[in-house]
Amino acid sequence: MTIKDSRRSKLIYTIAAWTISGMIFFPILWTLITSFKTESEAISATPALFAFEWTLENYSDVLSRSPYFNHFWNSVVISLGSSLLGLLIAVPAAWSMAFVQTKKTKHLLMWMLSTKMLPPVGVLIPIYLLFRDFGLLDTKLGLVIVMTLINLPIMVWMLYTYFREIPNEILEASRMDGATIGEEIFHVLLPIALPGIASTLLLNVILSWNEAFWTLILTAANAAPLTAFIASYSSPEGLFYAKLSAASAMAIVPILILGWFSQKQLVRGLSFGAVK
Amino acid sequence: MKNKLLMLACGIMAMSNAYAKETITIATVNNGDMITMKELSNEFTSQHPDIDLKWVTLEENILRQRVTTDVATKGGQYDVMTIGTYEVPIWGKQNWLTELDNLGENYDLDDLLPAIRSGLTINDKLYAAPFYGESSMVMYRTDLMEKAGLTMPKAPTWNFIRKAAKAMNDTKEGVFGLCLRGKAGWGENVALITSMANSFGARWFDENWKPQFNTPEWENTLQYYVDVMKESGPAGSSANGFNENLALFQTGKCGIWIDATVAGAFVTNKKDSEVADKVGFALAPDNGLGKRGNWLWSWTLAIPSSSKKQDAAMKFISWATSKEYSQLVADKKGWAKVPPGTRKSLYNNPKYMEAAPFAQITLDSIQTADPKNPTVKPVPYVGIQFVAIPEFQGIGTAVGQQFSAALTGQMTVKEALNSSQRLVERTMRKARYPK
Repeated sequence: MTIKDSRRSKLIYTIAAWTISGMIFFPILWTLITSFKTESEAISATPALFAFEWTLENYSDVLSRSPYFNHFWNSVVISLGSSLLGLLIAVPAAWSMAFVQTKKTKHLLMWMLSTKMLPPVGVLIPIYLLFRDFGLLDTKLGLVIVMTLINLPIMVWMLYTYFREIPNEILEASRMDGATIGEEIFHVLLPIALPGIASTLLLNVILSWNEAFWTLILTAANAAPLTAFIASYSSPEGLFYAKLSAASAMAIVPILILGWFSQKQLVRGLSFGAVK
Repeated sequence: MKNKLLMLACGIMAMSNAYAKETITIATVNNGDMITMKELSNEFTSQHPDIDLKWVTLEENILRQRVTTDVATKGGQYDVMTIGTYEVPIWGKQNWLTELDNLGENYDLDDLLPAIRSGLTINDKLYAAPFYGESSMVMYRTDLMEKAGLTMPKAPTWNFIRKAAKAMNDTKEGVFGLCLRGKAGWGENVALITSMANSFGARWFDENWKPQFNTPEWENTLQYYVDVMKESGPAGSSANGFNENLALFQTGKCGIWIDATVAGAFVTNKKDSEVADKVGFALAPDNGLGKRGNWLWSWTLAIPSSSKKQDAAMKFISWATSKEYSQLVADKKGWAKVPPGTRKSLYNNPKYMEAAPFAQITLDSIQTADPKNPTVKPVPYVGIQFVAIPEFQGIGTAVGQQFSAALTGQMTVKEALNSSQRLVERTMRKARYPK
């Protein structure tokens, strides 16, 4: 391949990458732009991209009408709490499946993954009754538990994949040096698998942040996270698109910022072991 | 020392007051009237310092799913629920709701519009108080009607609507003659088409609960709907619900729009509507069979029987659905913003009638709606745009998808009706009707 060809293909790939990124990002951009419009401009038949009267009215309306910071705090507690609790369970589970395999390990992994294939509404009533009886309805603790359980199969699978890439010999060497299982996991395995663990954590924070079935069903006024905050601006009879956009922007911006700052870690972790 | 003791006593009293305060959780939808209620609720808490309010505002379908789960499992998460006329008779019969028998001496139950009150009453017991009520009506552009050389009668026929829509249709100018709901859903296209079907003499079930989609009346209804939308409807109308059509009408893209009477306040609001001063109203159309194509709905406030704060919840409902609340809204927001369609006294108030040009049509539409005799032939069910049975949400949505497929041309009218007939028959057989 000549240098000219290489430049041309690089240019084509760059244009393709920007086009696809633009298509993915456009709905978010449109939501952000709409959040600065008036309600009548938001429904205009000839929508303006930038040439309209920018206003912060929707943001002030949303902030005055709803306790945004309560919802935000609930989202932080639920997503971080469930991700950390999930890691505590998933790391030893993935360690045993990766390094102390039995004949049933593969089946167990598949079974864990299969729980993700069940539509959540299928277990709605039993979960709701359990929550009612244990006093967990509309509590952050209840949602931390549910989010942990929902995301646990993905966490175990991700960590299992990362751990499988780590040579068993390194762990064997630590055992020969007299390390206990705990020391082996915490002092040898975790430092090596840190990128994978970090990306698992981040991915689960994002998944928990955006989860909008259980967080809507199991909460009322006290533990409702940002998904409930957004849902409160969707109206069957009335046009509140600009306010809905402002609420959506306020809900997604924190996680976008987190994703932006942690993208290197996320990509590094996700591609860990993918390229040999 | 004395001062310290006094302060301590005051502190203990304050703490005991704070402890005595009861917090009720209210689940509601994000409609304009409910937002106003939330804004003005400080008035209630100042009258009742022992009661605190917590609000859960949600989109209609999410709210329905949540409160249904809670009330069915006796979860007790909510003390006041916003539910519709579809849920009240079903939930009331299941004893999931508390009878509203202590709304206060000044509540004036007889002031409630009879059509609305009867839908919320089971065996002479009121299970929900109406917050606002609505029917459906014709909204049209007076300037375009004049340009077309036509005059909208107060009570038009479906034939006139078709003729007028065709005459007003001007795709070059981006104006569509007729905007109707096309989005699939039991509360969307099914609400409109079922109401239409009543005026064409069709019904969901005969007296023995046998589905009736394979009758000429249903074929006439759906054929009319598909034809008129092809002639004069907007492109992509199968995705249009209330909000989409409201946006089209407010931006001057619809000649005629047939939908909820509550839209009257939106389309005449100068702040949001580009055509606010060019809107006329008429009764929902008929076909000369004695029934008009208007529905009846009300958003109501009810107390789930699982609530542990029944008294406080009753006080709140009494306040939010009272005549005094209407006066409060009028004082703070203006008469046009008062929740419509629940009380006779509102329609006897000249200030309201002057502020709301759609008020008389709304009242006439509500008063002519009869949920117990919704169509020309007798039916075994209650409900105009819905059938008040638990199975209806499922079959209504499935039938709505068939109607939507007929509108987009994926199915013929006959295919859509045959398919609807089969799926409703299957569900009714499984549910063992007639019961």
